[in-house]
Order: sequence, then C-alpha cells, then structure tokens
Amino acid sequence: MNINLTMIGQAIAFFIFVVFCMKYVWPPIMAALQERQKKIADGLAASDRAARDLELAQEKSAKELREAKQQAAGLIEQANKRAAQIVEASKDDARKEGQKLIEQAKAEIEQERNQARDALRAEIAAIAVAGAEKILETSVDANKHSEMLDKLAAEL
Amino acid sequence: MAGSASEYIQHHLQNLTYGKLPAGYERADGSVMSEAGWTMAHNAREASDMGFWAVHVDSLGWAVGLGALFLILFRMAAKRATSGQPGGLQNFVEILIEFVDTSVKETFHGRNKVIAPLSLTIFCWVFLMNLMDLVPVDFLPQLFHMMGLEYMKVVPTTDVNVTLGMSLSVFFLIIYYSIKVKGVGGFVGELTLHPFSSDNFFLKVLLVPVNLLLEGVSLLAKPISLALRLFGNLYAGELIFILIALLPFWAQWALSVPWAIFHILIITLQAFIFMMLTIVYLSMAHEDSH
Repeated sequence: MNINLTMIGQAIAFFIFVVFCMKYVWPPIMAALQERQKKIADGLAASDRAARDLELAQEKSAKELREAKQQAAGLIEQANKRAAQIVEASKDDARKEGQKLIEQAKAEIEQERNQARDALRAEIAAIAVAGAEKILETSVDANKHSEMLDKLAAEL
Repeated sequence: MAGSASEYIQHHLQNLTYGKLPAGYERADGSVMSEAGWTMAHNAREASDMGFWAVHVDSLGWAVGLGALFLILFRMAAKRATSGQPGGLQNFVEILIEFVDTSVKETFHGRNKVIAPLSLTIFCWVFLMNLMDLVPVDFLPQLFHMMGLEYMKVVPTTDVNVTLGMSLSVFFLIIYYSIKVKGVGGFVGELTLHPFSSDNFFLKVLLVPVNLLLEGVSLLAKPISLALRLFGNLYAGELIFILIALLPFWAQWALSVPWAIFHILIITLQAFIFMMLTIVYLSMAHEDSH
C-alpha cells in the first residue's frame, strides 16, 4: 500500500474529466432534455387549446343549427300564411266569379221570361179573341176591341 | 498459477510501478543502480522502496482509459442530442443524467454549475472502474504477462492512491466553496466557534482549540472516509475473487458466480455513495449551517 504520485495523477485526470464533462457533455444533453420538456408542455397546452376550440365550435354549431331551425320554422309559417292567403283570395275570386255567373244567368233567365211573357201575352190575346169569337160565334173586330184586349193583356 | 497461494495473492495485489530508485540501489536481479533513475519495479520490494516518487502505471492507465471511455460515449450522445425522439444511446445517457440531476437537486439547493457534471463524472467513472472487478481475476493479468508486463492490477479503485486522488480533489472543492461562500473569516469561524460556544469572550477563546480539534477531525474525516470506504469495499471484493481463484477450476463457479452477482450491487452502490457523499459535502460547504 504505497502512497505515491499515482494519487496526484489521478487527481489531475479527475480534474480534466470533470472540466470536459462540464463543458462538452452536460450542457448539450441538458439543453436537449429541457427543450423536449418544453415541447411536451407546449404540445399538452396545444391539445388543451384544441379541446377548448372544439367545444366552442360545437357550441357555435349547435347555436347555428338552432337559429337555422328557427329560421326554417319562420319560413314555413310564412309560407303557410301565404298559402292560406292565396287559397282565401282564390276562394274569394271563385265566389265572386260564381256570383257574377249566377247574376248573369239570372238576368238571362229574367230576359227569357220577359220575352216568353211578352210572347205569351201576345198569344193569349189572340187565344182570348179566338175563344170569345167561339163563344159569341161572331168575329170580334180586333181593332174595335183592341183597347179592351190590351187592357186584358196588361192584366196577365 | 505459479508458486504458493500467498505468492499468487501477493502477485495479484501488486501494482505495475514505474518510479525513481536511488543511486547504489541493489535491484532484484542483483545489479546495482549506478545513479538515481526512473525505472519499472521488478518486485514488490523495489516498488515500495521507490517511495512517493512512483506511479502505478496500471491503475492510472485503466482509470484514464475508463474515464476516456465514459467521456467519449457521453460526448457522442451529447453531439447527437436531439430534443425529438432520442436514440438508444441518448436514451441511456439521458436516464443517467436525469438520475444524477435529480439526486443533485434533491440535496443541493444552491446554484452551482460544477456539482452536477462533477457528480455525473464521479458516478460513471467510479462505476466503470469498479466494473473491472467483474472481469475474471486472471484474465487480463495473464494477457499482459504474455505481453511482457510482470504486474497488472486492472481495478483502479482497489488502489488507495486512486480513491484518495479523487477524494482529496473533492476535499479541495469543499474548502474552496466554503471559503468562496462564507469567506475566510466565516470558514475559520465555522471551524473554531462551534459546536461549543459561549457569550463570555474569555470562555469563547478558551473553547477555540477544542472546537478546532473536533471540527478539524470531522473535516479531515470526510476525504479519508470517502476514499477508504470505496477502496476497502473494492479491495475486499477483489481479494475474495482472488481467493476463489485459488480453488480448483471446476469448483470456482459455485462461489464466484454468487459473489459476482452480489458484487454488481456493491459496484453500483459504492459509485452511488461516492457521488452522493460528494454532493452532501459540497452542499454543506455552501450552507451557513450555524
């Protein structure tokens, strides 16, 4: 067990190794480790942010869906109203048209009746005269009795 | 296996020593040194007679080689370090670095750029030096014997010079940081005014030698215990491997395998303890504990 220069040699080697380790080994590896730690932390933060964004987007899309539904409901209601209006209007038109047609028909009927009545009247006078002739066995001078006949015809 | 058992053991525990022999020294082969000079020791007596002016070439060579291996490996990983997906080597290096970094941060709360790389160097280097203990005890010495080198001790941490070299470096760091953080006055005060203190000035002066003795011993005990703990564990482990190697070759595995498996624990644990105590001592040097 001799204590000798080996001790000093070992101390010198130790010093050189520590300095080398301190300068060229420790810093780059530590830097890489810290950078990776930072990367992982950033990644986690980003994923958190993405999750929050997703939630926001979902909320937004739900809101928009709701609005769209409301809008669609409004449109349908409007359309229904408009349809009802159109139906109502066309019913009105139809009613008016019908009324007009009925009135027209009535007028025509009236006219026809008047014509028929006039014709009848003329004929009835002739029939009455003929009847009277048969009864009286004489001819009735139409001209003489025209006044009476007209009166009769007017009473019909 | 040449010679008796004790010769075998002593041969295994002898370092390859290169040192200075005085003029007129009678060498192992009977020749006499005509003048003082540096030479390779041929036996244990020559090695011990060289005194302080000698170098254990094998210890130092293996220690520097293993330290270089550690640094080359880690430097490769550091050069290719990426913050993206790490490769196998980088993963391994990062695990070690994180482990050391956590140990340092748990114990040492100040700001110091040296302590973490210092701890990493200690842990990996001591671990690698201890690991040489698991190489079969005759394997490398036999190989070097064939290459013409008489002695070869391959586990640097079984050489007390190596462990003392490291622990004394740590000791100087302790003193350097104590003085840097607390100032010379603070450091001297820490050594002389505690643990016994008094409000009476006269009594205080009287207690200075007592305190100095207590604190001085506890300060000096730090590097000595650091070095001797590592040395003792590994030396004992190596010795047991050598003893097992004395058994017949067909019986050795029954003892050497369990001991080697157990030794894996000791190797790691001793490297960890050396690192951890270094951190603790340096963090104590940074704190004003009193």
